[in-house]
Amino acid sequence: MWDWIKIAVLGITALLAAVAANFARDLAFQVHALLVMAVAAGLFIYTVRTAGDEKPAPAGYMDGVVRAGVIATAFWGIAGFLVGTFIAFQLAFPQLNFDFLQGYGNFGRLRPLHTSAVIFAFGGNALIASSFYVVQRTSAARLWGGNTAWFVFWGYQLFIVLAATGYLMGATQSREYAEPEWYVDLWLTVVWVAYLGVFLGTIIKRKEPHIYVANWFYLSFIVTVAMLHVVNNLALPVSLTGSRSVSAMAGVQDAMTQWWYGHNAVGFFLTAGFLGMMYYFVPKQAERPVFSYKLSIIHFWALIFIYIWAGPHHLHYTALPDWASTLGMVFSIVLWMPSWGGMINGLMTLSGAWDKIRTDPIIRMMVISIGFYGMSTFEGPMMSIRAVNSLSHYTDWTIGHVHSGALGWNGMITFGALYFLTPRLWNRARLYSLSLVNWHFWLATIGIVLYAASMWVTGIMEGLMWREVDSQGFLVNSFADTVSAKFPMYVVRGLGGVLYLSGALIMCYNLWMTVRGQRQVSAAPAATPAE
Amino acid sequence: METYSLLRHFADSWMLLALFIFFIGTWFWAFRPGSRRVHEDAANSIFRNEDAPAEDDADGSQDNNTDPEGQK
Repeated sequence: MWDWIKIAVLGITALLAAVAANFARDLAFQVHALLVMAVAAGLFIYTVRTAGDEKPAPAGYMDGVVRAGVIATAFWGIAGFLVGTFIAFQLAFPQLNFDFLQGYGNFGRLRPLHTSAVIFAFGGNALIASSFYVVQRTSAARLWGGNTAWFVFWGYQLFIVLAATGYLMGATQSREYAEPEWYVDLWLTVVWVAYLGVFLGTIIKRKEPHIYVANWFYLSFIVTVAMLHVVNNLALPVSLTGSRSVSAMAGVQDAMTQWWYGHNAVGFFLTAGFLGMMYYFVPKQAERPVFSYKLSIIHFWALIFIYIWAGPHHLHYTALPDWASTLGMVFSIVLWMPSWGGMINGLMTLSGAWDKIRTDPIIRMMVISIGFYGMSTFEGPMMSIRAVNSLSHYTDWTIGHVHSGALGWNGMITFGALYFLTPRLWNRARLYSLSLVNWHFWLATIGIVLYAASMWVTGIMEGLMWREVDSQGFLVNSFADTVSAKFPMYVVRGLGGVLYLSGALIMCYNLWMTVRGQRQVSAAPAATPAE
Repeated sequence: METYSLLRHFADSWMLLALFIFFIGTWFWAFRPGSRRVHEDAANSIFRNEDAPAEDDADGSQDNNTDPEGQK
């Protein structure tokens, strides 16, 4: 019965997509309709061929989808870092905005491709895969909903492809970190509700009495992102067969909604979700429980109570009322407390096992990611103070801040999780090479230092040049003066990106050799003596 | 009263109080007497059930039944 429903839905979808492609009003919509048609038709044929087949009863943990997620994370990571490094050099050398790529491969089109690829494709796949792994282990239950987890995985990949190709063809609603147009947003909503269902269903049928703290963080990430995504993307399509839409809000309300979304995307996607990873993978790799479970509970509630108010600090000195931006600023500063509480909790998990930092490069990677978490959550509240913001806003300091958080915290904890997961998921005794992990660690760390340091220098320089006035009250520097003064720092930033990208390539080689190059350990998993 | 003023008054009086009480409540909840053993058990739950789900009949974790809070 279920197979017949699937066949009907897929057939109708393919047909409607074909009709939509025919009536498409712009290139992006047409390409996307054809893509959806191809996917639906392919799945239609596959479902028809396998309809009524006996399906083996599922047993054990559902790790296939986690393995797929690990591969997708590594793949999108390389893609996102590569585009990021390329656009860094486009800023240093504008000649790289090639004439033959105008309208498709220039900085303006590639920049949202980079941000979405690293945040949603790399980070999102890491979150989905690790949350599926963690929720099963900590609930002692198989994923709920059968193949719904596979729907979430492939549906999310389709969302990424639709978003990325749309940017290149100009389908964007120009909302920061929420550029995809209305039909892609609707699709993501469907996938996200299914994700919530799988995650919550697994928690509900858990065998452990307590919901482990990592799952609280993952759940807050899923629920809050759903809320943010729906409200921020309220829009009216201009045509049902075109990719344009008009936002439901206007003026400063629209700006406030965007940054309510934008900052909480940082807070709940890049912080809460990744803290879920920290609270599972750091204790596991260190082989000792988290430093203080009570602190982790307070960390959780303080973080979600405070983060949600911090968005207005993006709108200092705008049409937003002063009380609102002061509110955002105050809550940003209060955020120091839970952020540093969480950082201390993560770091102190190693107390009594500090020697692991010397002997275990994976732990070292996780520790430096927590260090960067502490550093960027110190820097962020400082930059949200109105006086500091008047210097830092619109400068490259902001870019440096974002990257010390994204490359340092999100990137490093994800690499640590991938190194942890790969041998376990493919049933290998150990990683192919620990010295390659070491190489990755140092390349990535030096890359981040080059990136962040050059952006501090250029950002503060640029901010000071913009506000410099002579004795008559006239501005001293033209905008182009600041652009040419930034050239050396832009080259250093690009080199930092090259180092970070090479580290990630070494990781992919290492993970590939882990899966390919070693004999499988004996099928009966013996109890590991360390635990 | 217009909707904005109504919601605004509600937001910075009763809702603020409710959220604040809830937030302080989480501190008391975390430090409530008898929670230490529950939290230790939870913190160590990541070291169980590594390779396979818990069986239906024999629960994977020890001493759940003595959990005084009966957490959901």
